[in-house]
Amino acid sequence: MFASFMTNTWIAGSIIAVIAGVVGFFVVLRGASFLAHAIPHGAFAGAAGAVLIGADPLLGLGVFAAAGALTVSFLGRRARADVVTALALVMMLGLGALFLSMSSQYSSEVFALLFGQVLGVSSLEIVPMVILGAVCLIAVAVFYRPMLLSSVLPEMAAARGINVQAVTVLFSLIVALATTTSVPVVGALLMFSLLVGPSAAARSFTSRPPTAIILSVCFALAIVWASIAAAYASDLPVGFFVTAGSGILYAIGRVWAVLLSSRSRRTGRSTTPSALPVQ
Amino acid sequence: MSTHTTDVSDAVLTVRDVGVWLSGREILSHVDFSVRPGEFVGLIGSNGAGKTTLLRLILGLLRPTSGRVTIAGIRGRRRAGVIGYLPQKVGLDADVPLRARDVVALGLDGQRLGIPIRSNQQGEAVEEILAAVGGLGFADKRIGQLSGGQQQRILLAHALISSPRLLLLDEPLANLDPASTHDIVTLLGDVCAQRGVAIVLTAHDMNPLLPVMDRIVYLAGGKAAVGTTDEVARTEVLTQLYGRPIQVIRAEGRVLVVAGDTPDSATPAAGPLLSAQSSHDHPLHGQDRA
Repeated sequence: MFASFMTNTWIAGSIIAVIAGVVGFFVVLRGASFLAHAIPHGAFAGAAGAVLIGADPLLGLGVFAAAGALTVSFLGRRARADVVTALALVMMLGLGALFLSMSSQYSSEVFALLFGQVLGVSSLEIVPMVILGAVCLIAVAVFYRPMLLSSVLPEMAAARGINVQAVTVLFSLIVALATTTSVPVVGALLMFSLLVGPSAAARSFTSRPPTAIILSVCFALAIVWASIAAAYASDLPVGFFVTAGSGILYAIGRVWAVLLSSRSRRTGRSTTPSALPVQ
Repeated sequence: MSTHTTDVSDAVLTVRDVGVWLSGREILSHVDFSVRPGEFVGLIGSNGAGKTTLLRLILGLLRPTSGRVTIAGIRGRRRAGVIGYLPQKVGLDADVPLRARDVVALGLDGQRLGIPIRSNQQGEAVEEILAAVGGLGFADKRIGQLSGGQQQRILLAHALISSPRLLLLDEPLANLDPASTHDIVTLLGDVCAQRGVAIVLTAHDMNPLLPVMDRIVYLAGGKAAVGTTDEVARTEVLTQLYGRPIQVIRAEGRVLVVAGDTPDSATPAAGPLLSAQSSHDHPLHGQDRA
């Protein structure tokens, strides 16, 4: 599985894991899982449209991801964000179905956009991934503190002069960027699961934001690497292993959190009676 | 502390003849007061009296339809660092990976860009402010797992650490039990006195705040009466403000505002209980000589 034709697979998988781990921290912090679901799945329609007119699927993916992100963050200001997100998602999926039906051949390229194509990554695909991924990580690093504060305490962020609505737009665009980077390789379904699973699990193990981001990246890397290895060895689809890995890690995290809190409750209980005056 | 001969130039907050119309309704009308550095002012009124609208105006999140609001001589939106703000409700999940001390540190530099690299000096500032609000005991717990009173102390530290000149609090006493209410009021009084920060807070009940308030801005129906508690909490003042008979009853150092049967029966009953005030010093809006 470390044969030369697999080298690009390992590189691509690692880049995606890092991006998903970092961006996913803010997805879970902001409660934006639905956005992280809608953008990759809706963006798939852009790629299908690009295939139809003979353009680069990556371009279609990027345009639809960004358009979806902007639509949701602007319309979500005045209406319920979940409703706007849902309508944007189904409209883009509908367009995707339309493009596919107009396409003369059922393109395996399009199929791969939904379910990923981990075991056949070309060197040509790595270059845009590295560039887009770097832009995404730099954006998160630059806007780290305003995003952190306005995700958790939006009113207090606004009071200190942070434009909370601009942060929302920026964050949607970062998710769109992460999507465009990753979907050609891991597919829309896996990108969603990598954006939510590892970072949700990381929350159970630490209460410090930087540690949570690092843990989230480590979990994402572990899931991606293990899944590539398992897919190679078993010849089963990599998507199954990634989604299962995310789910299992999250479950372990929750169990860990419950054990931790019950332990602290027990120690709390044992000290309380001795503190009471004996009558 | 009740002399209000403020020069506009040294006022930390000036609300000058402000009116607000929102969707065809008049929310505030001719509200006029100013706050000096280190002054403790309560915005008192029931739900819908316009307290939150007034706070949003001061924060710069809303523009007045008429009149103007000036913060430390600054008009417009550049108010970060000058105002500290505590909202009434913060919705925090219990498992948010953010410790109480992280929230306080974000008060130092939460609006800055780039990865935070904090100096020892900043670390000491966090410790110092945590000690000042009595938050050292739970500084390493997750912010979402703290009790309401503990969260309030941490958010107060977040707001205070950047040394604002004006601290705004939206209903900080709502949802607190009497003991926590007393603790928070005492803490706010200390903060105001020791740090020289002016405090403006909203409350529907003035009683817990009586020991610490310098002045009150009593809001009813979008209008305001401004002055010391003794000047404003009077039957004739509030009757005029509400535009209907109101009776102010004082007993054991507490103030009770109730609907009066008739103005004639209400006024004599409350009169003798009021502490002596010069009768010409009528505190309705426009009379605040700021």
